Order: sequence, then structure tokens, then C-alpha cells
Amino acid sequence: MVYQIRNSIRRNGQNFERVGAKLLGLMNKPLIFFTAVLLSVGMLSAPTASAKSIVYGTQDEPQTLDPHAANLAVTNRLLSNVYEGLVERDKDFKLTPWLATSWTQPDASTWRFKLRPNVKFHDGSTFSADDVVFSVQRALHPLSQQKISLQGVDSARKVDDLTVDFVMREPNPVLPNHLTQLRIMSRAWAVKNKAETPQNYKDAEDTFASRNANGTGPFMVKDRQPDVRTVLVAHPNWWNKNSPERGNVTEVTLRPIKSSPTRIAALISNEVQFVNDPQPQDVPRMRSSPGVKITEGQEARVQFLAFDQHRDELLYSNVKGKNPWKDVRVRQAVAHAIDAEAIRTKVMRNLAVLTGTIIAPGDQGFFKDADKRLPYDPERAKKLLAEAGYPNGFSVTLDCGDNKPAPDICQAIAPMLAKVGINTTPNVMPTGTFFPKLQKFDTSFYLLSWTTPTSDALYTLQSLLRTQVPNASGGDNNFGRYSNKTLDSLIDRFRVETDLKKRDALIGEALTLINREMSIVTLHRPIIPWAMRANVNAILPPNAVPYFFRFNVK
Amino acid sequence: MNDTLKRIFDSDLWYSFKRHPLVIVAAILSLACILGAVFAPLLAPHNPFDLKTLNLLDAFTPPAWSASGKGQFLLGTDDQGRDVMSTIMYGSRVSLTVGICAVALSMVIGITLGLISGYVGGALDSFIMRVADVQLSFPAILIALLIDGVARVVIGKNGHDEVAIYVLIFAIAASGWVQYARTVRGSTLVERNKEYVQAARVIGRRPLAIMFSHVLPNVMGPVFVLATLHVGAAIITEATLSFLGVGVPPTQPSLGTLIRIGNDFLFSGEWWITVFPGIMLVILVLSINIIGDWLRDALNPKLR
Amino acid sequence: MLAFIIRRLLQSVLVMLTVGFIAFSLFNFVGDPVSLMLPPEATQADRDEVRKSLGLDQPFYVQFGTFLGNAVQGNFGISLRLGRPVSQLLAERLPATLELAMTAAVFGLLVGIPMGVYTALKRDKWTSKVLLTGSLVGVSLPNFLIGIFLILIFAVWLGWLPSFGRGETTAIGFWTTGFLTTEGLKAIILPAITLGFYPITLIMRLVRAEMLEVLRTDYIKFARARGLTNNAVHFGHALKNTLVPVITITGLQLGAIIAFAIITETVFQWPGMGLLFIQAVQFADIPVMAAYLCLIGFIFVVVNLVVDLLYFAVDPRLRVERSGSGGH
Repeated sequence: MVYQIRNSIRRNGQNFERVGAKLLGLMNKPLIFFTAVLLSVGMLSAPTASAKSIVYGTQDEPQTLDPHAANLAVTNRLLSNVYEGLVERDKDFKLTPWLATSWTQPDASTWRFKLRPNVKFHDGSTFSADDVVFSVQRALHPLSQQKISLQGVDSARKVDDLTVDFVMREPNPVLPNHLTQLRIMSRAWAVKNKAETPQNYKDAEDTFASRNANGTGPFMVKDRQPDVRTVLVAHPNWWNKNSPERGNVTEVTLRPIKSSPTRIAALISNEVQFVNDPQPQDVPRMRSSPGVKITEGQEARVQFLAFDQHRDELLYSNVKGKNPWKDVRVRQAVAHAIDAEAIRTKVMRNLAVLTGTIIAPGDQGFFKDADKRLPYDPERAKKLLAEAGYPNGFSVTLDCGDNKPAPDICQAIAPMLAKVGINTTPNVMPTGTFFPKLQKFDTSFYLLSWTTPTSDALYTLQSLLRTQVPNASGGDNNFGRYSNKTLDSLIDRFRVETDLKKRDALIGEALTLINREMSIVTLHRPIIPWAMRANVNAILPPNAVPYFFRFNVK
Repeated sequence: MNDTLKRIFDSDLWYSFKRHPLVIVAAILSLACILGAVFAPLLAPHNPFDLKTLNLLDAFTPPAWSASGKGQFLLGTDDQGRDVMSTIMYGSRVSLTVGICAVALSMVIGITLGLISGYVGGALDSFIMRVADVQLSFPAILIALLIDGVARVVIGKNGHDEVAIYVLIFAIAASGWVQYARTVRGSTLVERNKEYVQAARVIGRRPLAIMFSHVLPNVMGPVFVLATLHVGAAIITEATLSFLGVGVPPTQPSLGTLIRIGNDFLFSGEWWITVFPGIMLVILVLSINIIGDWLRDALNPKLR
Repeated sequence: MLAFIIRRLLQSVLVMLTVGFIAFSLFNFVGDPVSLMLPPEATQADRDEVRKSLGLDQPFYVQFGTFLGNAVQGNFGISLRLGRPVSQLLAERLPATLELAMTAAVFGLLVGIPMGVYTALKRDKWTSKVLLTGSLVGVSLPNFLIGIFLILIFAVWLGWLPSFGRGETTAIGFWTTGFLTTEGLKAIILPAITLGFYPITLIMRLVRAEMLEVLRTDYIKFARARGLTNNAVHFGHALKNTLVPVITITGLQLGAIIAFAIITETVFQWPGMGLLFIQAVQFADIPVMAAYLCLIGFIFVVVNLVVDLLYFAVDPRLRVERSGSGGH
């Protein structure tokens, strides 16, 4: 068509010129405008950057603002700045009264919380017992992914405006630890905006509370464009604004930047002032970059491999009629076949600590004797496989999310397992596909990283390794549907054990059993540091949550 | 045999070829790339697809000439300990296979439709050209992305990796046929009314036979030029899709996949993982394009 | 005259219907909306219920009609990944992509035209040959490599320009622009150069070819015979005549540039429609894919229609041409 036009125009010189003149006239204006704009770039002076705002670059989009809809680290990191719990962590990561001022246990089945007076929500309304009762109800809703934060709680009851009773279904000696994860929402606001029930995250439901937030926290959500930016501004009426821990940051802009090199480039060129997830290989370079600094901490996250131990035939394997993962020798073979030290030095660039247990030191219940890995021994692995009836090995698919460094670890594991005969195909997919896939148990073998936000073993063992219980918090994240009666009874016993000594002993027993059974294969605890501009001061807590109100910008 | 060679060496094309040193260099380079790719299993020092031979402890070895390089890895190793030179050879194999197969498929579709459109004319012609118009509004990369996206939904992620390369070939082919169809149609319209075609028609040859045995040879010149340039474009499209993460799976890396993997390490100083595949890609495409460009000028009497 | 316009309009509608049909097929057959909306443990009764509420039990043409009706109103359903209306998502990202594409096109014209003129007028100079070969390098360099290297040089090594995003934007009604702040202007430079690289090559080669052909026409020979200076002939006549098709083709390429922005937007994390689209492909987010397809198709059809009608208005000869066989 264009060709025709050109030819027909060319045939007529006169007309041709006229058309040209007309179109040129039309074109001139934007050209001149653009030239002017280009010229003015150099003349405009750079704006004086407000010292108190920071841009936070991270690889993932927070997905939702609903505090009870999902339990993903990326969401929790953001929402910890917007919503608050009755109990929180102080600067030294000790439990500290927060929206509650004190608590007692009047009888075995009740916890009584005194609430802090004069706390304001972002919309100006006053925080009261009604909001706590409502938030408990909401977090116990079937759609909630935060049921674990109310382990053992049956319901909450208002005593007066500033007193709430938690009625227990069964004892939970570490309830305050769990309550750090229960984010309190305004009842009136939720009712007004028809957000009484949590958003259905798995099916990407769109609700008011998934797009807006109204907490009591130090920051309010000012603007949110999923995948583009989420802007937080300081809450002017925050109850704790005179806290000595408080820094001077008044505005935080979260920008999801998927590509790691881009994220780091942005930090080095000062477009971003804070990155919580630099890739291990970029850390040495950032240490030597002027204007950028690295803050290290002790993150309690553990990378581990888990197996489908439920199906009688694996979904993604060439073994028919049986499930090799059900044989403990095969699981031990995997543990022997993986050279975790090589992963630590090459993939993690030494930014990891090898571990043989899912509970990190510093967490309640950490059992030193369980922190032992099976040695790297491919010959032994081959022998175990042969004993289990797989002298020629088998093939399987390993599912991984695409958040770094998970895909790199998967890629590194595949050749190691291949050498002993387990032909492993890594299947890397976006986080948004990965988690729903696991939740549907549509996996044979997967890599996951796990952190214990309550700093107590119960949360982790109950969620990762207990047999699933319908409509209760057990086995929430046990996507391989591992089930061991002895382990279940140990968990059920220490869950209600109030004598801490006995409790620790039971946990130790459970952790030893997990190792003997090789229920999961733990690799290492990553120690991913934070990277920030030299003028930013921040502490990296073990739960790796950036509490921006503690950030200082010089 | 000798006659054919003699005819080639006597031709205008050969004369023109001899006079363009750049084209000679390009021809040698692309020949080297193609031979290296074809005989990769024989020539490459390692087989990067054989997981059993990989050792993670070899990972991130710099090129052999640098201080901590190792002789056995001339261009260094990548993040999994694979020899970069071998991955490049195997990678260009994937890239070239996808590029050439896609172009061949594209040509078949385009020439057939173009011939039919030009020779038969009428409503069928309008229909084909309308479809071509619609398709032209969507750049190749977008159509390829769409086809790939649809394949992802239909096949599902687990099956997708195995057929990814065929999906890719089809996607690139389906996005490139229009140019051939248009060129062939244009030339067919011109040839159709020439005396030799009318003569063939008069002696009662069937339209199909006329199209393929008489018209086709006369339109092959421009088609050949198009195809040469298209191979370059197809390789770029493949690299781009793989770079965007929707092309071939990382277990069967093409040059684009290698660049994507290496991109993560560009800023941490392990530049060789991305730079060498990048250079290879540019050399390959550039030399093909130089040849295509020269062919176009050499075959176009107007510009001589 | 009226007949031509009506025919052109009809053709455009037909093209849009085709595109709409493809989008509809994507939506209904590939995506299987029922299983997308229901949890895996849903019963057959649940499925039938949803099927009915979505109107999927209706005959095919009724469904297609409903789809078109919705599409015309900009209703493409809910994104599976982000859980928000697709139209809203696209509207938020449209300004970013359009600003990038326009800047890249203008950049392509500003650089490509002088280069094309030069190589045409100084055909045999070595600089022209270098430029021509150089332009081949331009075509042979994949877009993403250019972007990566520009980031490496200008953002990381020199620290002059931002490496990602749009900088600070100003909202004017529903439109957000990056043209009004220094940061916004700085942020667009690298992506625009990356995206403009291919158009430069295209425009340069087009201008060169057009110039060479125009310079050969009788009318230029005539101008020379009239004793006009070389400059007057080259720039007053030849270039001016060359620019019409060049600008037209650049205009028509705008759709292509917008689609090509997918790559640039990924490399620079530019928050436009392309980034949205590539994430949709990776996630198999059918509603977003379908809507993006329709939008690109629509832009193409409109640009073409405008160009055609414009020519028609200016050159009545086209009427004769058009009503003929059209066989060029």
C-alpha cells in the first residue's frame, strides 16, 4: 500500500512537492519542540534531592497489600511498615510490647492483652479492641494465609475498649512470638470498603484491601501502581513517632526491578538508595564501589530441597508404578550427592553458612546436634541408589522459583545429581506461577527457602513438615505432603508443652528424627547482605525486614 | 562439474564477489561459524549438555590468557563450570538451526501463497494480501511472542521445554512469510503477462506447472536475497526471545540464552560469560547481513 | 470520493474484526476461562454454573458479539497475574510507551535523514561506505545488546544517565509525562537511543534509496538544466520529495516501534505496555495478551487510515489509481 502511494506520488512532481511541503509543515513543530527540550536538558539544574526520601529497589512486586491474604516474604517486608502487631521486635530483635502494652495469662485457656491507648489509624480513626477482635476473625478466615500467626487461638473477645482476651483452643506457650505476624486492620475501614474477608490471593482476586492499606504503622501507602511503584509516606500521627529508635526517613518508594544487574546499576548510579537482595556475585564489587555500602546481618533463612512423598507415582519422572522419594535411601542419596560446599563458594560466593537443620541458631528450639550434614560422597549416593533398586538412577524435574539465587542453585544441583544417576531437569518459573503450583501439590521435587518469622521452631515444623490437617494450620507449606506419625505426635506434644526445657527436648527429638528420615535436604543459610548508599544507615535484623522508621539518611 | 565451476567463476556475481574484500571476509567468517556449529560435537573441547561432566568447582574460570585462567578453558567457563567456547559452539548450533529452519519454513509458506496470489488473482489474491496486511501491522517479534505465549498455555510449562525449539521455529517462520509472499506476488504479476508464460499457457500446460517450473525460477533472485537477510533477522529474533526468557530452555542454550545468563555476571567482573557469546552473535549476523546486502546490490541491475 | 473513504473504513473495520477474532479465540479457547476462575477441586456443577454465568453456553456468534461489545468499551476483563482490570493496567502504561516510541522515532528521523542524504550525495566517498557498513552493524546488533552496553557505559561507568525507569513523572489528567522534569528527560535518553537504533538504519537506507531514485528522474534533470545550484536541487527539490515517503513510512513504523519497545522496556525496566506484555507472556496472562494485541492492531489501523485519507485528500489522482486493479 505504501509502495503504491509512493509510486503514484513520484509520478507527479508538482503534486508531490505540495504534499511534501504540507507534511513537512506538520512535522516541523514536534521537531522544534523536541530540539528545544533536548537543549534545555543541559540547562536545567538538578533538583536538590530531599535527604529524607529513599527509593527501595527489590526484585519482586509485593503482590498484594492485604495483610492476611498471603504469607510471602516480599509482601511481609512491605506491610511490616504499614501494619503493626500487638507485639513487635525492637532494634535488638527482642520481643517488645507494641500495640499491646502488656499481657497476662489469667487461666490456661486465655491470654489477656492490654491495648495501647491513643493509637491512630492512617485514616485518623482510633485503634481499639474492636479492631483486634476483627483482625483475629479475619486472619482465621478460610481464605487467610496467616492462620499460623494465631496458632492455638480459637477466637478473640473484647473485654473493654482497651482489653482483649484471646481464647485458646489449645495452649501456645509462644503466642506473643506468633502475634508479631498478626497485622491489625481497622474494622470500620474494612467494613466500609467491603473488605471484611481476606482477598483470594491464589485466584488473584481484586479487592479494596489488596490495593489500599489502612494500618497504624509508621508509614502510609500514598500511591500504588503494581509492578511500577509503591510509595510510602510517614504517618504524621504515629503513636511511636518520638521513639528514640526512629530515624529520619519520611518517604519510601518501592520499585520492583526484576533484573539484578539493573538493580545494582541503579544503586550505583544513586537512582535507588536501598537494595535488600543483591546477588551474591555483585557484593564484592559493591564493597569497592564508592558511595555504596554493604550491611551484613544474620538472616535466619534456610534453603532446602523437598520431595513429593505422597503420590504413589511421581508426576514428573520416568519411574512408573512407584515413588522413589518414599525410600529414605534415595533421599539420603540426594543429600550425599550434593556438594553443598561448592554451591556455597561458587553460587553463593561464600555468603552462606552450610546447615543440616531447618531451624537457625538463635531461634527457639535450635538443636546443635541436629545441625550436621551428610558428607558429600557421590560413591555412597550411587550405592544407596543401587540398594534402593535404582542402579541406573532415574529422571525427575526440579521446580524452582525465579528469585535469585534459587535458579542458580537449581542449575548447580542438576549436574551433581546427574553424576550419581538422578537426571534432574531444573524447571525455573516466575514466583507468581511457582507458589500456586506448589499449593496445588503439582510438583515432584522443589527448592524452597524458608525463614522463621516467629523465631520459634514451632512455626516452621508445624507449617513445613507436619501432616496436613484440613482447615487448620498444620502442614500449610508441606507441599510434598510428607507425613510421619512419630513426627506429628512430637510436634503435637511440644506445641502445647509449656515447660520450655521439656519443649526444647521434644523439638530436638523432632529435628533429629527429620535428619534420620532425611524428610527434607537442607543446604545452607544464605547471608544476603543489604546494599545501600553510603549515607543510609540501617540495621539488618534476622527476619530481614527493613523497618524503614529505623532508617537514617544523612 | 568443471563446467559448473567454470560458469560460476565466469559469472558477474563472482566478479563482484572478488572485488568486495569485506564480503570475502564475511563469507569466510560465516562459513567458519557454520562449520564450527555443525561439527561442534567433534570440535568442541567439552559437551556442555552432558551434565555428568560438569564440575561446579570449575565455574567462573576466566579466559586462558588471564592470570587465573586454565589452559583447558580457552574462553573461560560460565556459572555452571561449562566451557564457554563449547557452549558458544553448541549455542550457535541451536541459533543457526532455529534461524535456518525458520527461514526455510517461512520461504515455503511465503512462496506458495505469493505464487497463488499473483497467478490466480481475484478474491483469493485480495484475501491473502489482506491477511498479509494485518500481519504486517504486527512486528515479527510480537507475533513470535504471541505464538510462544499461546503454546505455553496450550502445552503447559512442563511439556513446553521439550518442544520449545519447534515452537520457536514455527513462531519465527509464521512471523516472516509475508515478505516472501509480497515479493513473489509482485514478480509473478510481472512474469504472468510475459510471452513465455503465455506461450506455456497456449500449449496447454497446467497453471500449477507453469507457476512452479516457469514463474518460480524467475522470482528466485529477490527471494534468495530476502532469505539471506532473513536468516540474520531470524537469528536475532531467536536471540531476543531467548534473552527475554521465552525462547529455548537454559538446558539447551542458544546464543541468546547464553547472553541472558551471562548478563547477570556482567557487572561482577565475569564479563567473558556474556561478551563472547555476544561477539559471536554479532559476527554471525553481521557477516550474513553483509553477504545478503552485497547479494541484493549485485543482483539489482539498477544499482550497478 | 465517498465510496473510497467508505471502502477504506470498511477495510479497517474488517482488519479490526480479524484482530478481535484472534484475541477472542485466545481468550475463550486457549485460556479456558472456567478453569482459570475456579479452584482445581471445583465440582462439575460449579463448572457449569460458571460456564453459564460467563455466557459460555451461548452459541459462538453471540459470545463473539459480547466480546466485541466489551472490547469496544475497553473492557478486557481482569488480569490473571495482577488481579486488576486490564484496561486500567494498559491505560496506566500507555503514556510511558507512547512517549518512548515517539522520542525514538523523532530521534531516528533526526539522525537517519542527514546520514541518508549524505550517503546518497557522496555515494562514492569512503565515509559513505563506512556509514553504510556501519548501518549493517546497527541491524546486526540485537536491541538488547545495545541496551546492555549503553547501561554499562553511560549509567555504570560514567554515571551520567539513569539506567532504569522513567524518573519523575508529572500527571496531566490521565496522562503521565516524563517530559516536564529533568529526571524524566534524562531517563528517556538511553531507552530512546536503544529503540531508535533500528529506525535510524531503516530511515538512512530509505532516504538514500529514495534520493538516488529521485536524483535520476527527469524532473531533477530539468531542474539542473534550469541552472539551479546543486544545493537548491539537492535540498530544495530532491530531499523534500524524498521526505514524504520517508515520514510516511516512519509513521507507519510507529506500530512496529511500539511493539519493539517490549525489548527496550525489559532491558531498562521502563514501566510501559511492553513490560506488562512480556510478563503476561511468561505468566500466560491471556487477558493482557489479548488486549495488547487489540491495542497494537488498533494503532496500526488508525495510522494507516489516517495516512491513506491524508494522501487521498491531497492527491486526487489516487482515486483513479485506487479504483484500478491496484497491481503494483
